[in-house]
Formats: sequence, structure tokens, C-alpha cells
Amino acid sequence: MSTPISPRRLRAMIVKESLQILRDPSTILIAFVLPIVLLLIFGYALNLDTGRTRIGLAQQDGGEAAASLALAYRNSRWFTVVESGAVPALKDDLVAGTLRGIIVIPQDFSRQAIAGKGTIEAITDGSVPNNAAFVATYAEGVRREWALDRAAERGHQPPPPIDLELRNWFNPGSISRHFLVPGAIAIVMTIIGSLLTALVVAREWERGTMEAIMATPLLMGELIATKVLPYYVLGLGAMTVCTVVSLVLFQVPFQGSALALFAIASCYLFCALGQGLMISALARNQFVASQIALLTAFLPSLLLSGFIYEISSAPLWVQMVTRIVPARYLIPSLQTVFLAGDDWGLFLPNMAVMLLFGAGFFAITVRATKRRVA
Amino acid sequence: MNKWQASFTRCWAMIVKEMWAVLRDPRARLILVVPPILQLVLFASAATLEVTNVDIGILDHDNGPAAREFIQQLAGARNIHALVPLASEDDLAHAIDRRRVLCAIVLGPQFSRDAAAHRTATALAICDGRRSNSAQIMGGYLAQIATNTGAALRGLPPDAPGNGGTITRHMFNPNLDFLHFVLPALVATVASISALSVSGQSVARERELGSFDQLMVAPLRLPEILIGKMTPPLLVGLFNATLYLVVITQLFGVPLTGSVFAYYFATLFYLTANIGIGITLSSVAQTQQQAFLGVFLVTVPMSLLSGFSAPVDNMPHWLQIVALADPQMYMVDVMEGLFLKAMPFAAVLANVWPLMAISAVTLTVATLLFRSRME
Repeated sequence: MSTPISPRRLRAMIVKESLQILRDPSTILIAFVLPIVLLLIFGYALNLDTGRTRIGLAQQDGGEAAASLALAYRNSRWFTVVESGAVPALKDDLVAGTLRGIIVIPQDFSRQAIAGKGTIEAITDGSVPNNAAFVATYAEGVRREWALDRAAERGHQPPPPIDLELRNWFNPGSISRHFLVPGAIAIVMTIIGSLLTALVVAREWERGTMEAIMATPLLMGELIATKVLPYYVLGLGAMTVCTVVSLVLFQVPFQGSALALFAIASCYLFCALGQGLMISALARNQFVASQIALLTAFLPSLLLSGFIYEISSAPLWVQMVTRIVPARYLIPSLQTVFLAGDDWGLFLPNMAVMLLFGAGFFAITVRATKRRVA
Repeated sequence: MNKWQASFTRCWAMIVKEMWAVLRDPRARLILVVPPILQLVLFASAATLEVTNVDIGILDHDNGPAAREFIQQLAGARNIHALVPLASEDDLAHAIDRRRVLCAIVLGPQFSRDAAAHRTATALAICDGRRSNSAQIMGGYLAQIATNTGAALRGLPPDAPGNGGTITRHMFNPNLDFLHFVLPALVATVASISALSVSGQSVARERELGSFDQLMVAPLRLPEILIGKMTPPLLVGLFNATLYLVVITQLFGVPLTGSVFAYYFATLFYLTANIGIGITLSSVAQTQQQAFLGVFLVTVPMSLLSGFSAPVDNMPHWLQIVALADPQMYMVDVMEGLFLKAMPFAAVLANVWPLMAISAVTLTVATLLFRSRME
């Protein structure tokens, strides 16, 4: 085709597509209400900062030291002692999941404690490994602090040989919400960009209106541009709403510039929209498109992007798979622009990768569309 | 033919029709089986909150024997992949900014002198707060290494009890293998996604294709239609549950310590609870697109509130109350219990009756909405 791109045609089509979006109230709901709902749930439900853990206490020793240690557990800000009793009964509650750990202060503890020894036992619910590790660490922490306090009371407390002072840059309070909320914005953009686009365009294929449009003198490039632009605007709108909610409601700091955020988001949306269009062009059926989008766009963004789970901890083959997850390149940049500030040396390579992925997706879309119609 | 036989015949016809609607498209057939298995394998491998393989930066202003000892201990640590020597403060800032290292340790010029004089030698660990959770876990490891180094410098064995200690026993999963926790939880997540996807389309597709009107004039009673609508997602769900049971026990080697009967018992009511939600959404939706997005809008919160990604105990109180209505929360507990804890049937039942209650509510709402659509 040698016809040049016509701005008039393009404008008419964009108006048509935009009207189509605006006419369906559910789209607006999805673009603005759904992101807020998701952001609220991510912000409130996904709290990795462990609060108080429910434990049981089996105090088998009646001595003064045992009673004093038991009190230390009851007063600890890490634990809530919900039950005390014999070990077998507490273990049943561990199975039922009402307790996450049991602290056993064994017989003879008080006598041993006077000699400067005294060992306790921590039984944890290993079926939730994170919690189990926490219980083990803090059970010993409470005990050690108690032992040190008692030693100090008696006037001999050896100083620790090495003291390691921990400092968190960008997030001094170490609040998990501060890095999870920017990640949640990435998920929202994936939903608008890939999921919604895949679904809407698959419906056009299913209903045959796509063929009707292709019969018009519209060029392929124009067709794709008109499909993409309204959703790009929608995606940016949702991103802006989410950012405002993060700053106002969740008090996430914003150290970078709006320009950087806009540039990063645009590159990602280009890529996500390309992926959505590609899925719809390949599936051409709403159910299939929805499932593919869920599986290849949404879930990887959630699980394989470093959003919650550290990529370097995964097996090597999974690390390889994460390299083709576009969100993997978005999330570090988003977290940086919110928490650390503008760092173009980090942004630009990631943006380039996202654009490259997007270009690939669009190329596949064009090929798939041409072949199917011909 | 008596009344019941006739009803059964009609019901059967409806079930056959619904099964066809779901399974006719070969790609849809594939979609029902392949992704759930893929999700299980891929996500089971990815979803770990452990922190391993990380790079740690070292800025050593000391170069003394104590610093060397500390670095040696760090280099031998299981969770550390490599130590990156840093030349200056700027170098350190750059390494953290660009995420080359998760944490960087700064050893001041006094470090070895303090250690030799039996004063407390202070080291600084600077971590990337953009990944504060991983950084915190890593901080715990680093503190442990520092303690061990201190003991070694004083000539004590690594974890000398000194004045007592804690013997830890992790029940059900002695090595705290994350996979053993993730796989059972994924049964709940993935089964819910497939049951909701199939039931969510059931009514909306009929309406979009215009066959809903035909269904209304067909000589079928409302319960018969609903049983027909419930059957495909139920069968797909049970099929997937069986597949998971085989894959998890045979391929991943995580045994089912509870009873197989309890596994299917819980799965059955978990699926009906999800199907009730799916048909409700499908009856409200005008189009398949709305139905899908509705399904999506409940799937994500259900999974996040289930306690799989983050403990329910950490959530604000009002959200913990919302989580009580989440079938997935009960199912995650049951699955962890049945796979890892040999959960007795009574404890399973304590989690299944809420599923029965949720099923009763959602299926009633679905029926009412469906009826109102028919009129």
C-alpha cells in the first residue's frame, strides 16, 4: 500500500474508538475504580512487616527464672501468648493453625539459669516457613535479651565483640508498603495495558467487526495506532490516579520527577499494549485471550518480576524466564523513581528493553493480522 | 416416565450441552489443563521469600586481621553469592543505586584495633530499602555472621551457648523448604482461577451470543439449568485437583500426609463456593468482557487475602474480617494441613463448614439473580 497516513482518517478513528470506550461504563469502572480497589488491597493486605505472632507457652518449670522468662514472652512486642499448657495440647493447635509456635521452658530451667546456662525450646509451624523462621529468630532474641538483662543486673555483661549496625537507604523505616505500592502500580498498568486490550480487541475479532474495519481504506499502522492510543491515555490516567492515592493515602515518598515517571510509564504501556494486541490477534476468542493474558501478562508481572519475590533467589531456569517478563524492567525503575529519585543511568537501559519488547509484540501483531485476513 | 426420571433426563441434556460449550474449542480444552500445570510448576519455583544468591559490597577501610576474618566468614556464607570489593563511598552509593548489591558492609579504620583491644568493633551495613523485605532478611543473616565472627575472634566455637540458648524444632517442614509451603497453597489459588474463569463465562456467554433467550423458553426448570451450569467448572476443578495431587506428590515429592477423602471433600466445597461467585458475577455482567473483569476483580483480592502472599495476622483488623468471607483463606489452611501436618478430619471440617456456608450464600444469590434475569 502506498497511500500516506491520513491525519483526518486517523482522527476520525481515534474519536470512534474513544467514544466506544466512554460509552461502555464498565470500561471507565475498570480504568479508574479497579485500580484504586487493587491498590487499596495491595497496600493493606500485602504487609510483609510481621506484627505479633500467636504463640503458646509450655512452662514446665516452676522456678523464679522460668516465671521471669515467661513474663518476658508475655510482654514481648513480637508475640502474643494466646495459650499456655502442656505441649501435646499446644501441638494440636499448631496443626489446627491457631498457633504459629510453641515456646517450651523445660524442667530444670531455673536451676540451669542460675549457673548462667538454661536452654529453652522453640517449636514452630514449618508449614509457613517465613513465620517459622521469624518465631525461631525472635524466640531466641527475647531469651537473649532477658539473659543479658539478668546478667547486667548482677553486674557482669561482656560487650559483644562485633556490633553490626543496619541502615536502610531510601526506606529508613523499612516499611514494606513503600516498595510494594509502586509495584502495585506496575500491576495496574499491566491490567489496563495487556488484559483489557487483549479482551476488547479479541471481542472485535470474535464479532467480526475487525474484518469490517480492515475492509476500510485504513492502513495497518493507523489501525493499530487507533486501537492503542485510547488505551494508552486510559493507562496513563489510571497510573496518575494510583500515584495520587499512593502519595496521599499510603504516604509513599516521591523523590523523583513526574517527567521520569511519565517516561517510564509510557515505555511500559507501549510494551503492555503491544502484548495485549498480540494476544488478541493470536487468540481471536475472548475466553482464550483472557486466559492467555492472565497467564502470560498478569501472573508473571505479579510473581516473576521481583515485585514480591526476589529474582536472584529463584532457580536459574526461572531467572532466565524472568528476563522475558516486561514488568521485570519496570518495577526497579518505578521503585527508584518513588523512593530514591531520578537515576537515568538505571532508567534508560530498562526503558530501552521495554521499547524493544513492545516493538517485537507489535511486529508479531502486524504479521498475525495480515496473515489471518489474507 | 415419572417426574424424577424426566427431570434427570433434562438435567443430563443440559450437562452435556454445557460440557460441549466449554470443551468444543480445542484451544479452550488446552487452556483448561496446560496453564494450571504451568502455573503450578513455574510459580512454585519462583515464589520464595528466602534470600539467596545475593551480592554484598565490602568497603574495607581497615584491612586488619579482624576485617579479614569477617570478610572470610561472609565469603563462606551460604546465602551470599559474591562479595563485591568497593573502593570508596561513591563507589558504594553507585553499587546500591544501580542495584548491583543488596547490602554493603563498611568496616571503619578502627575495626581491627577495637577487636584486638576487646572493645566492641562496629561495622555498618547499608541496605537497599527499595527491597526492604529482602534487605531485612539479609540483615538478619549478616548479624548472625557478625556474631559468629566475634566468637571466632575471641576463640570461641561458632554458636557457643554462653549463657543458654534456644533449640529450634520446625515441625511439619524441618528444613523450612519454601516449596512445601507454596505447592499446597497454589492448589487453592489455581483451582479458584480455573473454576471462576469457567463459571464466570457461563451465563454471560449465552447472553452475548443471544442463546440466553432460547434457554429461557426451553422446557428446563431453574435448578436444572443451574446444575447444568455448575457441572463443567466442577468437573474441570476436580480434574485439575487430581492432576495437582499427582504432580505434587509424585513430581515434587511432597507427600499428602492427610487423607485423600478429606482432600476431595474440601476441594468439592471449595469449588462450589467459587462457582457460586462465578455464576453470580456472570449473571450480573452484560457481556463476557464484563464477566471476565468481574472474575478478575474478585480473584486478585481473594488470593491476596488468603494468607498465601502475606500472613492474615499482619493485615489491619477490618481487613481480617473481610478475609473471613474469602473461601481461599480456609482452603489454604486445609491444603497446608493436609499436605504437611496430617490434619485430622475434625480440623479439616472446622475449615470446610465456612466453605459450605459461603457456597450456600453464593449459590442462593446466583439463583436469585439468574431468576431475575429470566423474568
